[in-house]
Amino acid sequence: MIANRVLPSELLPLAVDEDGAVARLRAALPAAAAAAGLVDVAYRVVDSPVGQLLLAGTEVGLVRVAFSREGHDAVLAALATTVSPRILRAPSRLDAAARELDEYFGGRRHSFDLPLDFRLANGFRREVLAHLPEIGYGHTASYAAVAALTSSPRAVRAVGTACARNPLPLVVPCHRVIRSDGSQGAYLGGPDAKALLLALEAAPQP
Amino acid sequence: MAAHGTVVLRVCRALVGVQDADDVWQETFLAALRAYPESGGIRNREAWLVTIARNKSMDHHRRAGRLPVPSGDPQAPLAVAWTATAGAVAAAAGGDDVVRALEAGEDAAMVWSAVALLPEKQRLAVVYHHLAGLRHAEVAGLLGNSEAAARRAAADGLKALRVQLLGREREQP
Repeated sequence: MIANRVLPSELLPLAVDEDGAVARLRAALPAAAAAAGLVDVAYRVVDSPVGQLLLAGTEVGLVRVAFSREGHDAVLAALATTVSPRILRAPSRLDAAARELDEYFGGRRHSFDLPLDFRLANGFRREVLAHLPEIGYGHTASYAAVAALTSSPRAVRAVGTACARNPLPLVVPCHRVIRSDGSQGAYLGGPDAKALLLALEAAPQP
Repeated sequence: MAAHGTVVLRVCRALVGVQDADDVWQETFLAALRAYPESGGIRNREAWLVTIARNKSMDHHRRAGRLPVPSGDPQAPLAVAWTATAGAVAAAAGGDDVVRALEAGEDAAMVWSAVALLPEKQRLAVVYHHLAGLRHAEVAGLLGNSEAAARRAAADGLKALRVQLLGREREQP
């Protein structure tokens, strides 16, 4: 970046405190931008037992949960294209989502009551996602069983696609959908993450 | 976009002084966010942000009702403002850190005041080219002159600044 180019020695003293100043200004910017109605997508990254999670929200609600294997930068770039380029890291806007996920991973929360923004899933995919919360905590359902709940009961593969492209994993529990033979099936967070979540939900309640 | 925060801060500090720079920095980025959805075709985001920072600095001076050129007096408010900031930072630290921060702040204040003494075209060329890293052609766009003139102003300005600073070092005990 040009800013990192070495300054002429005469000007070097001017750079003395600018890192700290820029950090402070950047930290204050999201709140000011939000107050001015200029942040369309707020995001933060949280740690979890299934790795770092990117949480992104709009004025409507949580719009994206992404695993690190999806590439957080790529996810943010996609959000900039599909939702709005006015994206800022604004952790406090996602406090509720972070808290509920924390409670979920601690075994203290069995369902989420966050406002959700489903704009990244349309048509049949959205219909599938709407049915997933009907699979209760600690339970599983096959792709075929989920298809049977929808307007296209034979669209088993399309259910698989809808789960694989779920923009809100964990919160919309696609991890509870498994193969008809009882095997786990794929997961956008990786097989280990799916196994961890199913084990967490199967564990005796505290 | 926030990756350009340092460049914008340098321009704001050079144009409105260290104390008011933070406000103008924020105004610059809010204006950029406001324009952002329509800014897809902008080729050089950094030059675009510097232009916004320049405009917001001019707005700032207009509001404050004073001339945008803090030159003429080596003990200009710029230097005072800088030292006050550094002093506050230093007071919050402690021991050797206080001394170091104060000395660094004094050095910076001296350079700012030397920059402020340059003739306007040279001063702006030094700020946009040497401090913010814009190319001479972009500097010319901001100054309303030719690329060759912008290049010359940046070179002459830096030379004059060097002479200034050497002179001050000799004055010191």
